[in-house]
Amino acid sequence: MGQRVAVVGAGMTRFVRRAQETGKELSWQAAKAALDSAEMTLDDIDCVAMGTAPDAFDGVHMKGEYLSDGAGAWGKPYFRTYVGGGTGVFVTIQGWYQVASGMFDTCLVVAEEKMSSTQPHAQGAFITIFDSILERPLGPNLLWIFALEMNRYMSVHGLDKRDIAQVAVKNKRNAADHPAALLGQADITVEDVLDSEVLAWPVQRLDVSPVSDGAVAVVLAAEHVAKRITDKPVWVDGVGWHLDTAYWTNRDLYYPRYVEYAARMAYDMAGIREPRKEINIAEPYDPFDYKELHHLEGLQLFDKGKAPEAMKDGVLNRDGDLPSTPSGGLLGVGNPIAAAGLMKIAELYWQLSGQAGKRQVPGDPRKGVAQAWGDLMQVGTVVVMGR
Amino acid sequence: MTRDDPGAPPRTTLGPTPLKDAAFREAVGAVEWEVDARYAWDTGVAVGEFLRGLRRGVILARECRQCRRILVPPRMFCEQCFRPTDRWLEVEDTGTVNTFSICHIRWDMVPLDEPELPAVIEIDGASPGIGFMHKLGEVAPDDISIGMTVEAVWKPEEDRQGSILDIRYFRPREAKLRTG
Repeated sequence: MGQRVAVVGAGMTRFVRRAQETGKELSWQAAKAALDSAEMTLDDIDCVAMGTAPDAFDGVHMKGEYLSDGAGAWGKPYFRTYVGGGTGVFVTIQGWYQVASGMFDTCLVVAEEKMSSTQPHAQGAFITIFDSILERPLGPNLLWIFALEMNRYMSVHGLDKRDIAQVAVKNKRNAADHPAALLGQADITVEDVLDSEVLAWPVQRLDVSPVSDGAVAVVLAAEHVAKRITDKPVWVDGVGWHLDTAYWTNRDLYYPRYVEYAARMAYDMAGIREPRKEINIAEPYDPFDYKELHHLEGLQLFDKGKAPEAMKDGVLNRDGDLPSTPSGGLLGVGNPIAAAGLMKIAELYWQLSGQAGKRQVPGDPRKGVAQAWGDLMQVGTVVVMGR
Repeated sequence: MTRDDPGAPPRTTLGPTPLKDAAFREAVGAVEWEVDARYAWDTGVAVGEFLRGLRRGVILARECRQCRRILVPPRMFCEQCFRPTDRWLEVEDTGTVNTFSICHIRWDMVPLDEPELPAVIEIDGASPGIGFMHKLGEVAPDDISIGMTVEAVWKPEEDRQGSILDIRYFRPREAKLRTG
């Protein structure tokens, strides 16, 4: 399909609870770091793709336009995309299009989130996702849908909470090696997670990622440009996305069918027939510990209900057979929504180009898959990357 | 620019500067703002009829004759067949707990004295797996299980307003048997 597209650079801010910097300043920091890592300047960039969450978080109407100067979009073709938590991976797909189509040769992809501005809590903006007539009168909070989905997932498969909690332990430990992490913790144990405050059973405090401020950027380039920039391009081999119905109480939440469809689309494009053999690293979306496992199943990397067993057996550890979330993920690095998804693309770039330092997955990994999720248990966005 | 860790990227993290909440509150020039945006939503055609049904104590569904699904919440079009749905029908005010939670916090993370019990209820008479979200009541949290059969507890007729809250909650069906 069209031009072959590579990631040639990546940068990010630290993820923090509250940044002094505005969203525009966070975008600038990430965009500059990504350009610097590719030894490029804004003059080398043909267009800019921005991913950022609802205007309601910031209380800024047309936030994409507000952020544009910080993202390096002055005087350039620019657009903003948003599909809830799925945004960070989706904006990569949108940037990929610009280059794959031949319209442009380079695209700076930026994702930003500043969740601390919403008072008293970002949940005040989140809860407007519930149906205004039939659900909001019940006084819902966002944790409900995760708790309802997690309970369904656990009950259908008869899963042990302890196996699921291990994901939080793994990711917070992995994040201890990430210079940008908010919640890296090398000595956390499964008891810490199981003993943490029950928020909405079965969801406990340490099952959940923190609201955060932060930004991430990557540089995409067409093959002929990428080869001039770096001898270690990491190719975008396949992209996929899919949306399930918003009538979320009319379908079984135990399995993310929309992730499966998105993954199949991306694997087909990447020529991957046996993802369990061919994928060396996964960066599935992990806003909650069970979500990582749920998504690994949707990504066809484990049978339905079998990812927790893989966690228990160490398969998902950084030195396991299928390292999952070696970055530390949303649970460990933090969850500034759109930025967190793009962080997964950045991590695959660092891992597959052998630059991941202390976080480097052993065994010379060649192929990785990143995935994000969002809306009402509804959208799956997937990118397959490789050397 | 700081070099946090030359061994692990991102090798240069330019920031940001983390602020504790107290420092933020004291910062020079920080502005608070309240968006004054209120909304008044139309119910729509399908949900409007559904709400009129609730006011008279029945749960209404729409049927699509092509895929043969009986749908609650009802819609005037079938999103799968992409054609108009065909007719209204009354389904039962009983069902099965598809999934549930025991929620101890309010939306803004303030702890609740009594937990809330949100659940997805599959409605009897609708197609399998089809239902809506509501709350459970008259049940100890530890006694709830997926697959439990439940029934609607309605507000007294004179208090119903054509709202999802015309159903107060769903309770275990055995509760009715116990209390006669």
